[in-house]
Amino acid sequence: MMPPVKAIETRGLCKTFGGLMVADKVDFALEAGARHALIGPNGAGKTSLVNMLTGAIPPSAGKIYLSGEEVTHLSGAARVHRGLARTFQINTLFGELSALDNVALAIAERRGIAWRLWRAACRYREVHDECMILLESLGLAADASRRVADLDYGKQRLVEIAVALGLKPKVLLLDEPAAGVPSLESGRILDVLDALPAEVAILIIEHDMELVFRFAQRITVLVRGQILCQGTPDEIAADARVQEVYLGGEHG
Amino acid sequence: MAASGNLQGYAGSARLRPLELLPWVLAIATYFLAQGYLALASYVLIICLFALSLDLIVGYAGIVTLGHAAYFGFGAYVAGILAVHCSSDPLLGLVAACLASAVFGAATGALILRTQGLALIMLTLAMSSIVFEVANKWTGLTGGTDGLQGVPIAPILGSFSFDMFGRTAYLYCLAVLIVGWWLVRTIVYSPFGRALVGTRENAARMQAIGAPVYLRRLLAYTIAAALAGTAGALLTQTTQFVGLSVVGFELSGEILVILVLGGVGRIYGALVGPVVYIVARDYFAKQSPDYWYLGIGILLMLVVLFARGGILGLVDKAKARFS
Amino acid sequence: METFIASVVSVAFHGLAYGMVLYAISVGLSITMGLMGFVNLAHGVFAMAGGYLVITAMAWLGLPWLPALILSCLAVAVASTMLERWLYARFYGASELEQVLFTMGLIFAAVALARLAYGPLPHAATLPPMLKGQIELAGRAFPTYRVFVIITSAVLVALLWIGLERTRWGAMVRAAVDNRGMAQSIGIHTSRLFTLTFAVGSGLAALGGALGSDLIPMTPTYPFEQLVYFLIVVSIGGTGTLRGPFVGALLIGVGDTACKYWLPEFGSFFIYAATFGILLWRPHGMLGRA
Repeated sequence: MMPPVKAIETRGLCKTFGGLMVADKVDFALEAGARHALIGPNGAGKTSLVNMLTGAIPPSAGKIYLSGEEVTHLSGAARVHRGLARTFQINTLFGELSALDNVALAIAERRGIAWRLWRAACRYREVHDECMILLESLGLAADASRRVADLDYGKQRLVEIAVALGLKPKVLLLDEPAAGVPSLESGRILDVLDALPAEVAILIIEHDMELVFRFAQRITVLVRGQILCQGTPDEIAADARVQEVYLGGEHG
Repeated sequence: MAASGNLQGYAGSARLRPLELLPWVLAIATYFLAQGYLALASYVLIICLFALSLDLIVGYAGIVTLGHAAYFGFGAYVAGILAVHCSSDPLLGLVAACLASAVFGAATGALILRTQGLALIMLTLAMSSIVFEVANKWTGLTGGTDGLQGVPIAPILGSFSFDMFGRTAYLYCLAVLIVGWWLVRTIVYSPFGRALVGTRENAARMQAIGAPVYLRRLLAYTIAAALAGTAGALLTQTTQFVGLSVVGFELSGEILVILVLGGVGRIYGALVGPVVYIVARDYFAKQSPDYWYLGIGILLMLVVLFARGGILGLVDKAKARFS
Repeated sequence: METFIASVVSVAFHGLAYGMVLYAISVGLSITMGLMGFVNLAHGVFAMAGGYLVITAMAWLGLPWLPALILSCLAVAVASTMLERWLYARFYGASELEQVLFTMGLIFAAVALARLAYGPLPHAATLPPMLKGQIELAGRAFPTYRVFVIITSAVLVALLWIGLERTRWGAMVRAAVDNRGMAQSIGIHTSRLFTLTFAVGSGLAALGGALGSDLIPMTPTYPFEQLVYFLIVVSIGGTGTLRGPFVGALLIGVGDTACKYWLPEFGSFFIYAATFGILLWRPHGMLGRA
């Protein structure tokens, strides 16, 4: 019996910026349907790893696989079409457009209609309806026609997730989804994360340990570009090396 | 600087609103009521088409170019040279200029759009300077500084000859402008148009949702070049002359000013700007060209400082205050 | 053969003079673009102002040439600080389109004012008799004034390089060009730095414009016509550096002179084509940073 194909896998992934090594022979794997968290102190190389997975920056060495297919030199857009989606640590949205339009752009790309020049966008009711369903599932239906820049930060974070979900990804990379959100509103984000489809593999970078331990089934700790250890939340919590790393740090 | 314009891309409606017919009502009224000014009015229509093409690039795709006159001039010269050497049929010349400008636009755009920021602006400048120098020095083909005079033009479809009052010319330009306007409007409301706005608002986000940003911008750029070339051809055919004034930085700068004055990124700014600018210039520049340029320079600085949406932006603000 | 060597020397000499003038004018633009990230199309206005003010200072104030030159450069530098503080500073974070449009408006207004004040015909300042005529160097005759321009520009360039490498001001400029946010957090007061640097850049441009009025005549359309060349020098050299525009200026100066001399039927075609090619090959300029 073949082992199940991993959603994402890296082998020997390395990246140096000038003299600084931000990824040092990283062998990382994300299982299908996973709920996986990537943690580590600032500067550990977490965002660089995500950027390499999405294709934003090329690795210095090593290989990346998406659902068993090698994508190391494939463009970011091509990886999106193979089912990879991400959110950004800082809201990267179309501020002047409505929440609905933000998500609709992603859905249109996925459905392959974004090259159509002829028929008006608003006549594609199926896109509009799919948007509304998605926004409703995130509790944003009332804000659909509001300008995203006018929404409060927590809602913008949710739109950020909605845009990624609009791509119906097989793998979802969430870069600090609760970052900057006042704790009153982060509960909504937690609920959304809990309700994400089971077959989607999710990797979440976070500093908020409460969220990590509530959400993750598996945790990878990255320190100075190397994987320190991986395991279940209990194993990580009990690991002495992890405690050392975090007692020296400032987050929680 | 680009207006938010239509907030509801995938919501709302794309149906023609009655106010959108106003420009055409006015255009037809001009035909009947301003028979003595049809030459100037034709020029306004041509510049409207030129401005629409620029709005597609600057307003919707968000590409800052200082060399758009290169395509206008290219189309103008293609139409002129074709009429002088091959056939003076206007529709043939129009189509030839449109296609040639599309090819030229695609070729230059493919190179230029690989860059961004200062390099991109400089490449547009360099490219348009090259077109200027070629037009300037290749005297045998382009007439150099004298240009091509007395470009022959046959009657449209064999029947409608160009009369000396400019009536045929005006209706010809109006017909082409309406087609061009309809094309731009359709594109802007389409999924492609919405995606283009996305690349303007946040190119990184567009890439992260799998959009081929470079190719999208290239298509928009090519279409805009084709439209600009068509406008240039119209100018050659209706004035029976093409000279160096159709290429170069001054025209590129001027069309940018015209568009900004009307309002960038909202189609109708490209119709309002030329009317106001050209009519005003025709009046003031006769009095004193120097004071005209001084006024335009100051006005442009004031618009950028205080009224970024141009005339239509001010209209929007006034409407908001009174409702 | 002899005439060929003579023409090569002549092209090299005049190209060098032209290049040095281009450099004096463009170096300020390169530094301010690298420092403030501001696309200042109107930089040529300072060069034009320098050239015209010398003429005015000599005519109205009766000053001899050299004091008029110094006065006009200082006047332009001072005026530019007001321009920078009150107007340009509003656009530092603004979109490229806004910066381009604003500076274009400035060019239109400046060109119109120049035409109103000085008329459309070219003007030149009357040079002191000492600088007129020719000088004998290595058996050939060269126009004295151009030798003077080359030497003066070279001295200025050297002073500027020393200034940027050795003074505190220079260190702050280099730090801020490298990383504005970091520079601010270590206490470099960037807005004052910007204003001072802008003044230096504009003063130099005025000097270049005034000195170079022999090579680039003073007409009201000066900023329009020369704009492309100044931008070419900066963009193919690389913004935010001193060496970049130096290489760019020499390339353009000698290249343009050579083309106009040996291939006049092509005009500036090769310069524009070379610019196009270089920018595609190295979008950040030959010596710029990615």
